[in-house]
Amino acid sequence: MTAETTLEPVTNPRASFVRRLPVVSHFNKSVGLQRFMLVVGLVLTGIFLLTALAAPLLAPYGFAQLSDADGSFPTQQAPGGKHLLGTTVGGYDVLSRVIWGTQTALMVIIVAVVLSIFAGVILGLVSGYIGGWLDRVLVVVADAIYAFPSLLLAIVIAIVISGGQSSLLGGILAAAASITVVFIPQYFRVIRAETIRLKAEPFVESAKVVGASNVRIMSRHIFRNATRTLPLIFTLNASEAILTLAGLGFLGFGIEPSSAAEWGFDLNKALADVTSGIWWTGLFPGLAIVWTVLGLTLVGESINDLNDPRLRGRRRTSRKAVPAGPAATEPAADGPGTETELSNP
Amino acid sequence: MTENPGSVSDHQDKDRKTVLDIDHLQVTFATDGGDVRAVKDVSLDVKTGEVLAIVGESGSGKTVTAKTILGLLPETATSSGAVLINGANVISLNPGQLRQIRGRDVAMVFQEPSTALNPVFTVGWQIAEGIRAHAGANGRGRVTAKEAKARAIEALGKVGIPDPEHRVNYYPHQFSGGQKQRVVIAAALALNPGLIVADEPTTALDVTVQAEILELLRDLRDKYGTSIVLITHNMGVVADLADRVVVMYQGDIVEEAPAKTLFAEPRQDYTRNLLAAVPHLGRNSASAGLTERRHQDEEVLVAANNLEIEYPGRLGTPAFKAVDGVSFTLSRGEVFGLVGESGSGKTTIGRAIAGLNRTTGGSLKVLGYEMLNLRERSFKPLRKDIGFVFQDPAASFNPQLTIGECIAEPMLIHTRPSDAQARKRVGELLESVQLPASYAGRYPHELSGGQRQRASLARALSLNPRLLIADEPTSALDVSVQAKVLELFRDIQEEFGFGCLFISHDLAVVDILSSWVGVLYKGKLVEQGIGSQVMGNPQHDYTRRLIASLPVPDPAEQAKRREEHRALLGI
Repeated sequence: MTAETTLEPVTNPRASFVRRLPVVSHFNKSVGLQRFMLVVGLVLTGIFLLTALAAPLLAPYGFAQLSDADGSFPTQQAPGGKHLLGTTVGGYDVLSRVIWGTQTALMVIIVAVVLSIFAGVILGLVSGYIGGWLDRVLVVVADAIYAFPSLLLAIVIAIVISGGQSSLLGGILAAAASITVVFIPQYFRVIRAETIRLKAEPFVESAKVVGASNVRIMSRHIFRNATRTLPLIFTLNASEAILTLAGLGFLGFGIEPSSAAEWGFDLNKALADVTSGIWWTGLFPGLAIVWTVLGLTLVGESINDLNDPRLRGRRRTSRKAVPAGPAATEPAADGPGTETELSNP
Repeated sequence: MTENPGSVSDHQDKDRKTVLDIDHLQVTFATDGGDVRAVKDVSLDVKTGEVLAIVGESGSGKTVTAKTILGLLPETATSSGAVLINGANVISLNPGQLRQIRGRDVAMVFQEPSTALNPVFTVGWQIAEGIRAHAGANGRGRVTAKEAKARAIEALGKVGIPDPEHRVNYYPHQFSGGQKQRVVIAAALALNPGLIVADEPTTALDVTVQAEILELLRDLRDKYGTSIVLITHNMGVVADLADRVVVMYQGDIVEEAPAKTLFAEPRQDYTRNLLAAVPHLGRNSASAGLTERRHQDEEVLVAANNLEIEYPGRLGTPAFKAVDGVSFTLSRGEVFGLVGESGSGKTTIGRAIAGLNRTTGGSLKVLGYEMLNLRERSFKPLRKDIGFVFQDPAASFNPQLTIGECIAEPMLIHTRPSDAQARKRVGELLESVQLPASYAGRYPHELSGGQRQRASLARALSLNPRLLIADEPTSALDVSVQAKVLELFRDIQEEFGFGCLFISHDLAVVDILSSWVGVLYKGKLVEQGIGSQVMGNPQHDYTRRLIASLPVPDPAEQAKRREEHRALLGI
C-alpha cells in the first residue's frame, strides 16, 4: 500500500486532514438551526469530557470520602456551605460523586463501544461479503439477541462476569460487556447491509476481475466505504450505553460506592429520600445523566441530518449577488471537464 | 445569445398561438461548493402544435429549464425571469395555482417509465388521479370514479395500448417498458394539456421501442395539436421529431434554428462540433471495404461453442436462459462488436468471459481455459491477461482511493512492483490515455466522466492484457466525450494489438470500432459478420428492424428512412 501513498502530488488542492475529520467537516457544512443543534451538543459533550479528564482537580472530595480533617461529613445535608450540592444519606458529597461519575461513564462508553465496533464491523464485513450459510447463521443469532430485553441481558452478563462482586474494573467490564453484546448486532447489521450493497458496485467487481483476493477486497475496497455511518451510530450508542449503565446501577448491579462513583447507583440510593423532601441527592445525578445523553444525542442527530444531502440545510442564494466572474467555472459536483473537451476544437 | 432571425422560422408561425414563453430565465442552485448558475439567460417560446427540442450535454441546464416550466425545482433553487404558460407566470404562482396549471395546461413525461408509475396502483387509477384532482377546478363538480375510469380508458386508447377496457385494471409491472412509457404519456394527456414536457422520454428504452414512442409523440402533435418540449441529448431523436431546436451549453442558449436548418448549416462552432461528434451509422466504419474477416491467422483468445448461461429462477419458476446456444470466436488483434438490446444477454457474455458469471452449458474457452468448471484459484493467473472496462466510470473506481492507486491495483496484485516502478508505470499509462501524470494523485470524483473512463481504460491496460472486454464503455458519456474516447480506444487498440470484445447497444458506435459484429437477440446470436455488411445488408429480420429503428442525425435522411421502414417497424 505504501507504493501509492507516495504518489500523492502536492498539486492537488484539497481540504486539510483536520477539516475532513468527521465532526469538523460536519460543522463546516452546517448552517442555521442545524449548526446550533450541533454546537449545543458539542458544548455539552465537551464539558462532559473535560470534567471526566479533570475530575481529580475539580472534585472537592474523593468519590468514597466520608470525612475530612474536620471530621465526618454530615448526612443528608442541604446544599450550601462546605458541600455545594449537599450530602447523601451515606454521608457522601453529592458534587464530588457527580463529578467522579463522569469518569466511570466515559470508561464504560469507551470500552463498550470499542469492543462492539470491532466485533460488529468484522462480523458484518465477513457475513455480508461471504454470504451463504455463515451469513444466515449470524443474522439469526443477531436477531435472537435483539429479542432479549437489553437490560435483562445486561443483568445476566453482569452476574456472569463479576459473580455479584463489584470492583471498579469488574463493574465497568461487566457493564461494558453487557452493553457490547447488546450493540454488536446493531453494528453488524449496518456494516452487513453496506457490504451487501457495495459488493454489487462496479469497483468491487473490477477488483474481482483483476484477481484481488477476498481479504484484499474486504479490507481495501469495502471496509473504507462501509464505515461512513459509524460516527453516527457511535454517538447514538454512546448515549444508550450511559442509559444502560445507569439502569444497571439503579437495579443494583452497578459498582459499589467504595470502588467508583456511578450515577445510577446514587439515584437508586436517593429513592428513599424523595418522600422525605430531600431532592438534591436524586436531582443532580439525574441531571448529569440527562446532560450527557442529551449532548451525545444532539451530536449524533446533527451528524445524521448533515450526512444526508436532502436533510442538510443550505444558505439560500441571494437573488442579486450573481457575479459574472466565477460562474464560468461552475458545475462542481459531476465534473465540468466533460463540457470543455468540446468547446475548444 | 439567442440567434433566431424571423426570416428562418416558418411564416405560419406568426398566426399560431404561443403556448409557452420563457423570458430571460435564470436559475441558481445553492450547493456546498457555493452558488451554481444552472441556467444563465434563457428565452424561448413554443407555438401550438410545435415540437421544440432542447438539446445539450449533461450540465447544460436543459433539464433544469424543463423542470422550471412545471415549477418542479427543488428548494435550494432560486429562479428569476418569466415562464408564461397561457399567460400565467409559473415562477410567481403560489403552490395552489401551480397545482391548477400542472396537468391541465402543461404535463410532464419522465425519463424512466418504470419509476414514474406507482407499482401498487393500477394504471387506470393513476391516470384517473389527475383527472379527479382537477375536476373541481373546471367548474363541473366532482368526477365520479366511473367517469374518470372511462376517460382513463379513452386516454389509454389514444396512446395505442391494445384492449384498453381490460388493461386499465393492470398494474405497471404487467406492461413492457415501451408500454409503460405509453401509459405515462396517457396520464400526461388525460386532461388534454396544450403542452407536454418530455424529459428524455426515450433514453431508458431500447431503439426499437424508441421508434414506436417517437411515432406516438408525432401522432399526438399531428392529431391533437399538442405542443411538445422535448429534452434530449440524442441528436437522432431530434432529427426524427423536432420542428425547431434550441442548443444549450452551460446554461445558455448557443443556437436556435428550425431542425432542418440546424442540421444542414449549423452557425455556431459549438453546434458544428456537437453534430460532428454524433456517430452516424455507415460513416467512419471500421470495416469499410473489408471483404473477409481479419486476424484469423492469429491466436484465438475466446472460443464459445453452444454457450448457455442460465440464471436460477425463483421458487416454482423455471431458470431464465440469458444466453442460449451462442457460438463465436475472438482472435488476437480483432475487435468483436456485440450488439443487442437490454436483456439480450450481451453483458452476461462479457461477464462470463471475465469470470464474473458462471456458465451453465456448452463450452467457453477463454485464453485456453474452460470456463464451464471455473475455479477461482486456477483461473487467477490468467486474470492479468484480461482487462475490463465498465459502463459507469463513476462507480467503477473506489471513491476512497486515488486514481493512481486504482490504476496500480492490478500490478500490486500480480507483479508486485516497487514503489518507484509502480509510479513510473502509472505515469506512462496515464499518458498513453492522454491524461496528465499528475492526475494519479486525484480522487475519482475530481475527474469528469470522460477523464474517468480514460483512467478506467488505463487500469484495464496496466498489465498489457491480451484480451480486453469493454461493456458499454461510452454509453454513460456525452457525445462529444464519447467521440474522443472512441478515437482514443481505436488508437490504443491498434498500438497494443489486444483482442477486444466491445459490447454496446448503439449500432453506430459499434460500427466505428469493430470490424466483426455479432447481433444478439433474446440470448441468441442471430447474425454475425463484417460490420459494414451487417449494417448495410442485414440478413435476419431482427437486425433489419434494429437498424431501421435507429434514428440518424439528419432530418431529411431520417424522414426518408422512416417512410422506407414504416412497414418493417409495424407503425
